[in-house]
Amino acid sequence: MRFPFKTTYEQDIRLFRDRTTAVWYGVLVGVVLALPVLLSRYYIGEITWVFIYGICGLSLMVLVGYTGLVSLGHAAFLGIGAYAHAYFLQLGVPWVASVAIAVVITTACGIVVGLPALRMTGIYLAIATLAFAVIIQEVFTRWEAVTGGFSGMAVDKPVIFGVRLADEASFYYLCAAVLAVTLLLTRNLLRSSTGRAWVAIRDSEIAAQSMGVQLPLYKSFAFGYSAALMGLAGALFAHKIAYLAPDIFSILFSIQLLLLVIVGGLGSLHGVVFGAIFVALLPPIIAILRDSIPATMASVASATGVGVIGTIGRGIGGFLKMPGVEAGIFGLILVLVILVEPAGMYGRWVKIRLFFSTFPMYKRDSFKRQKSYMRSERLR
Amino acid sequence: MLIYKATELVNFAQGDLLMLGAFVAYMAVVWWGLDYWISFLIAALAVGAFGALLDMTVLRRVIGQPQFAVVMLTLGLGAVFRTFASVTWGSEIYTLPTPFSGVTQIAGVTLSHQYLSIIIATLILCAILYVFFGYTRVGVAMQATSQNQLAAYCMGIPVKMIFSLVWAISAALATAAGVLLAPVTLIDINMGLAVALKAFAAAVVGGFGSIPGALVGGITIGLIELYAGATLPEGIKNTAPYIVLLIMLAVRPQGLFGTPGRKRV
Repeated sequence: MRFPFKTTYEQDIRLFRDRTTAVWYGVLVGVVLALPVLLSRYYIGEITWVFIYGICGLSLMVLVGYTGLVSLGHAAFLGIGAYAHAYFLQLGVPWVASVAIAVVITTACGIVVGLPALRMTGIYLAIATLAFAVIIQEVFTRWEAVTGGFSGMAVDKPVIFGVRLADEASFYYLCAAVLAVTLLLTRNLLRSSTGRAWVAIRDSEIAAQSMGVQLPLYKSFAFGYSAALMGLAGALFAHKIAYLAPDIFSILFSIQLLLLVIVGGLGSLHGVVFGAIFVALLPPIIAILRDSIPATMASVASATGVGVIGTIGRGIGGFLKMPGVEAGIFGLILVLVILVEPAGMYGRWVKIRLFFSTFPMYKRDSFKRQKSYMRSERLR
Repeated sequence: MLIYKATELVNFAQGDLLMLGAFVAYMAVVWWGLDYWISFLIAALAVGAFGALLDMTVLRRVIGQPQFAVVMLTLGLGAVFRTFASVTWGSEIYTLPTPFSGVTQIAGVTLSHQYLSIIIATLILCAILYVFFGYTRVGVAMQATSQNQLAAYCMGIPVKMIFSLVWAISAALATAAGVLLAPVTLIDINMGLAVALKAFAAAVVGGFGSIPGALVGGITIGLIELYAGATLPEGIKNTAPYIVLLIMLAVRPQGLFGTPGRKRV
């Protein structure tokens, strides 16, 4: 295990911890660039989802993981971004300008929603954003002149500076680039005074305020920035899904985004990527299991002569085919993650890494957390 | 339609418990052919026991973690319940037969007995809860637990048992609401979500943690929804409660009957 001995402030806030880390990130970039050459079109499409979910997760991570403001209505921002982008594209606005307008609109919405957030915390904020999401979904349904209502709205492939990104690979590169830029931007924000103010607000609002952090300013900024990222993700989402309908941007989608952030690990940018991989790839994995489990168990049954195994396999396959099971599996995973590993996948990864780097000396209690007993905030 | 906050825990799975309760009552009445009142009792007991079990197995472990964890946990549980219901009972819509039929004239207003039963039952439940929390030993212990867990421990209150009890009562109440609502909204797997969202609106408008407040909030939200449906253009009806909720949160976050407070360090 290596301890970097920090002597200057610049060393403390620099982008990579040391040269080795920088090299590893370089390798990662290389792998991401090489993947479309190696994989088939189907997998590239699925990995593109990882990038889009990654941007969404980044947006929510800034708000929930770093500033400590819980939003249950982020799918609404995604929807606003997607619909605004699609609408302006239809009007003939160039792609870049259209994305910019969509981002500006979502940012404005984010700041407006954030305004009541300045006065409330915790659960009230969650409920307020939930109410906002319900209202916005109704707006999507009713405002047919812009959104097409229930009949939906088709979105064409993106055309950037006259270049039409028609195939999966070029869209893959576009999404990867956007994710990389937003990750870098967020990382830079987080290692500046803004990020430290956000973390201070998350850990204790009163302490932050007493240290001179302007709560309204930084909370609004967090909301606006988060909404802007969501708008950007929405624009890409619109192209990826190719057909917008109001029921996509439901509360369940917001919950799925929160699941992403929690499963990945609250308060870490690595967690965003882990969570995005998980959320984007779970549905295809379930789809594969749905077909392969009955098949493999049937072959096991015929090989061993025990008929029960085949029946169980068919049962599992049938169960996975039922409508709504996917949501239940997501819910179950959410419950298990909160119970077993509240720090998410990134937290687990940190533990595993520490286990190997300190091998015989690993102590479980390194990560022990103090329990705090609830006290009412209602009474003075 | 009460969600109250005796433990400072907010339960996003309440609506789904309500749905489960309605389904259990439906099974008892239609499949097993039991009497309406007995089924009501069975459903309330079964779901109440389930709530306590849930607390013992799942929710007790997150005590001491931020409130956010509980919110996410109950959201996840809600999703699991919905899946469970859709696998067990399918996605059809059921109607629950009730012994209430016919109409009564009260001061010139015609009320069907179904709605009357809902109003009366709600009033009775509220009265019972109000007395329970204000005047019985267990009720006071619950309030103490919600205000300061550690102090409650020190005063010899069995905090864990109180928690289970709170969950049992809240699940049983959700069932009662579900059974009462069943004839009006019909039973299907998504009935809980819509009701729970509106119940949140009611709870916030009335003020969290105040039982009369929840009642007033519920009535306010219901009336607003009705008038918005009658007077304003179509589509406003569904969103009106939430718009009111947002305004309420921005103007007076503690609700009509809540007490304002500032978080201590």
